[in-house]
Amino acid sequence: MTPTPISSAPAVDTWLYPVGSGIYCEPGDFYIDPGRAVDRAVITHGHSDHARAGHRAVLATAETIEIMKVRYGEDCAGAFQPLALGETISINGVSVRLVPAGHILGSAQVVIEWAGRRAVISGDYKRASDPTCAPFELVTCDVFVTEATFALPVFRHERAEHEAAKLLSSLKAEPDRTHLIGAYNLGKCQRMIRVVRDAGYDKPIYLHGAVVALTELYQKLGIDLGALQPVADADPKSMRGGIVMCPPSALGDRWSRRFGDPVNAFASGWMRVRGRARQLGVELPLVVSDHVDWPELIQTVIETEAEEIWVTHGREDALVHYLGTLGRKARALALVGYGEEAE
Amino acid sequence: MRAFASLLDCLVYTQSRNRKIALLGHYFRTAPDPDRGWALAALTDGMPIRLPLRRMLTDLVSRFIDPTLYRLSRDYVGDTAETVALLWPDDRAVVPWSEMPSESQRERSDRNGEKPKQLVLEFTTPPTPPRQGEGRSGSSSSLAIDAQGRSDVFPSPLRGGVRGEGEIGHNSGETPALSLGAVIDAMASGTTAERTERLGHLLDQLDASGRWALLKLLGGAPRVGVSARLARTALAESYGRDVSEIEEIWHALAPPYLELFQWLDGKAERPDPGAKPVFRPVMLAHPIEEEDWPRLSPEDFAAEWKWDGIRVQVAARGGDVRMFSRQGDDISGAFPEIRSAFQGHDCVVDGELLIMRDGAIAPFNDLQQRLNRKSVTAKMMTAYPPFVRLYDLLFDGQEDLRALSFGARRQRLEAWHAKHHPRLTDVSPLVDFKSFDELGALWSSARAEGIEGLMLKRRASPYQAGRVKGEWFKWKRAALTLDCVLMYAQRGSGKRSSYYSDYTFGVWRTDENGDRQLVPVGKAYSGFTDEELLLIDKWIRGHTTETFGPVRAVEPELVFEVAFDAVQESTRHKSGVAMRFPRIHRIRWDKPAAEADSLETVLKLSGGGATANAAAPSDLV
Repeated sequence: MTPTPISSAPAVDTWLYPVGSGIYCEPGDFYIDPGRAVDRAVITHGHSDHARAGHRAVLATAETIEIMKVRYGEDCAGAFQPLALGETISINGVSVRLVPAGHILGSAQVVIEWAGRRAVISGDYKRASDPTCAPFELVTCDVFVTEATFALPVFRHERAEHEAAKLLSSLKAEPDRTHLIGAYNLGKCQRMIRVVRDAGYDKPIYLHGAVVALTELYQKLGIDLGALQPVADADPKSMRGGIVMCPPSALGDRWSRRFGDPVNAFASGWMRVRGRARQLGVELPLVVSDHVDWPELIQTVIETEAEEIWVTHGREDALVHYLGTLGRKARALALVGYGEEAE
Repeated sequence: MRAFASLLDCLVYTQSRNRKIALLGHYFRTAPDPDRGWALAALTDGMPIRLPLRRMLTDLVSRFIDPTLYRLSRDYVGDTAETVALLWPDDRAVVPWSEMPSESQRERSDRNGEKPKQLVLEFTTPPTPPRQGEGRSGSSSSLAIDAQGRSDVFPSPLRGGVRGEGEIGHNSGETPALSLGAVIDAMASGTTAERTERLGHLLDQLDASGRWALLKLLGGAPRVGVSARLARTALAESYGRDVSEIEEIWHALAPPYLELFQWLDGKAERPDPGAKPVFRPVMLAHPIEEEDWPRLSPEDFAAEWKWDGIRVQVAARGGDVRMFSRQGDDISGAFPEIRSAFQGHDCVVDGELLIMRDGAIAPFNDLQQRLNRKSVTAKMMTAYPPFVRLYDLLFDGQEDLRALSFGARRQRLEAWHAKHHPRLTDVSPLVDFKSFDELGALWSSARAEGIEGLMLKRRASPYQAGRVKGEWFKWKRAALTLDCVLMYAQRGSGKRSSYYSDYTFGVWRTDENGDRQLVPVGKAYSGFTDEELLLIDKWIRGHTTETFGPVRAVEPELVFEVAFDAVQESTRHKSGVAMRFPRIHRIRWDKPAAEADSLETVLKLSGGGATANAAAPSDLV
């Protein structure tokens, strides 16, 4: 529950505010997801627009720290301090807690309390089910900091299970064509493998070189993804008619020519819009997202009971406008560099 | 509606022509009547219902969505039908058609001023109770988020039915009776207000994919990467017929094409066009290549000027006259003068449609004013008088001349024209030549308005459908090129909706003070690869000086080498001239913009016919 505000408590934006490309907590003297190297950074999750290399000290979930080490190297930060989900620590008298965001493995919302006020910096989050990470947990607050990646009412994601069934159906209908699944290499790729497994697909799944390391990390961290094999080591004939996971940029790339006439699939919330799928030459769009869609976003904002909503990145104009019509106080933070990583 | 939606969805994502033909063929062979006929009508832009769809949709969406949100959504998606399909609520109660509120009830509720506001809230926090077991948890989230009632209730069919793998999750929201026929019945009559209500009700019964397909069906020209001709080709091929067998009777048929399908199914004779004028597939020419010349003998060929209009076929029979484009589309509605000129004749002729003023061919631009219209105003008829220059006779009365040689048909054409002489026509003269060298001299000196080059036709050639090798050749004047500077970029539509893919470019003009400024001379959206498009798009975003909606003005720094066929006068461009058929030939990343071409150079290419700032020719209304 929200702490009882002290009547004279300073407004949140006097001690927590955006600076350039991140959010700075003044009394705690730390940043959340800063875009440049700082002394102390709290990192919500491992995507590159949130987690960058070079900080002196990083506070994050153990999984996020592992992800950062795989992506940037063991010594990509001066020091790492893991904080378990649900645990609270005090930084210069500021209470900091990490709460599941449901976005990818290790992703967390940062709950910050100071002087009787509570702010939740949600990072990227979703509320749909995802067998590869802990589900989003709602925390009521005074200020809710949200992303707006899919903040237009045209965005309503499909359930991942439904899209996995669609993929399996296409594999059956086109048994001679290899299915290349373009999926973001951290989170989406592993989630797609898991839901395809849950849908009953038990053949080996082949991996483009760019997705191997993080997928192996997921397995090491206890996410069962079944039999996997790098494309480079696989017999080309055995991949025919199978599933190959690759980064979206590899679709229609020269790399993909080895598969003959593959079915190009792309798992992303953007696939909801036909024009986006067509311009990428995607034949099988899979509307699977690791972000909230429009109804979930509005629902979440309302449920947090926040007095103020700060919007980090995405379609902030639409969200700020709409929350205004609902009588909510909302503003865009205009952070630089967020949302650069593909969904 | 499900099978049709599935078809359109597959078509839209399929690049391969063969796969498109297979998808269409499968649909035509499996869908029931009259649905497949209505689908065929939609794909061939022949839907008899014309609705003010955009206005109706704006009315409908304004009841549940904030106009700013709608505008932002429309801007993002780039297509009205898809925008509405995507943001239409999935959780509307499904009311059977029979229980649909009467018009008067609807009107009453519409006058209730609170309704839109309520619907906005309903849309964002739907009242449906939460379902279990989806793990969309949230410790304090009593109003569970999975209460959206969407994907599992209304799955997208996408690659379901057509691929033969059964339906993935049934759309329990769709009334089984919602056939294309039922949709047409619902929308065929009534006032716009009544039809708007009915449209809203139909949308309520469908999932996102079905809604999109419905709006594509009703909107005409669905733009799913299928031309009318491809649809007819797929239909023919799926039944093992030649497409010309369908094209020859096509214009005697009407949606939903029941007799056509009866014939294809082998249950009836081929429909007889009877006394109706129909399209005969046209004979086309190959562009002549260097290696062709040694194989050709000048005495075997007749030459004609290649006129700068559009190829048409006029079919007159039994008091009815039709004019068809090369693809077999009926364009007579926009040219009543031609219909009346051929009234009472009985023939099928092949020729070039031109705009002719005082015996002179007007620029192609003028003809464009009259194309792509369903009807025409009296003012346009005066300003842009059409004319048909004839070069072939396919039918004289009931006599089919197509098996005759070109030479024989040519004599028949001249005789026929001398006898009947329909108004607004003449016969394209033959160009005399003894050798190809002599012809080449004529070709390179031909600069007159309206001439695009030369045609070479083998004297012995019968009239055959399609592009037959070695019979007819077109010898177009060489393309011209100029270096122009990119000035404005506009976002494309459909597949290119998030790319700046339409470019307006200009050349330098020196004004009376001696200052140089850019004046636009053309607009192009082709000639570059997808990779180049990405680079140009990125460049534009990094060099924008001003934004006007979908248009950006950019710093005058990027040079395009633009290829074009001719320069013509233009009232739309500040320069007073415009390029004909401009396309991006090369992107000159290396070339300084200051070294791009000047307006004087452009005017020289126009053959002196156009002068700078020749803004309003007196004969234009």
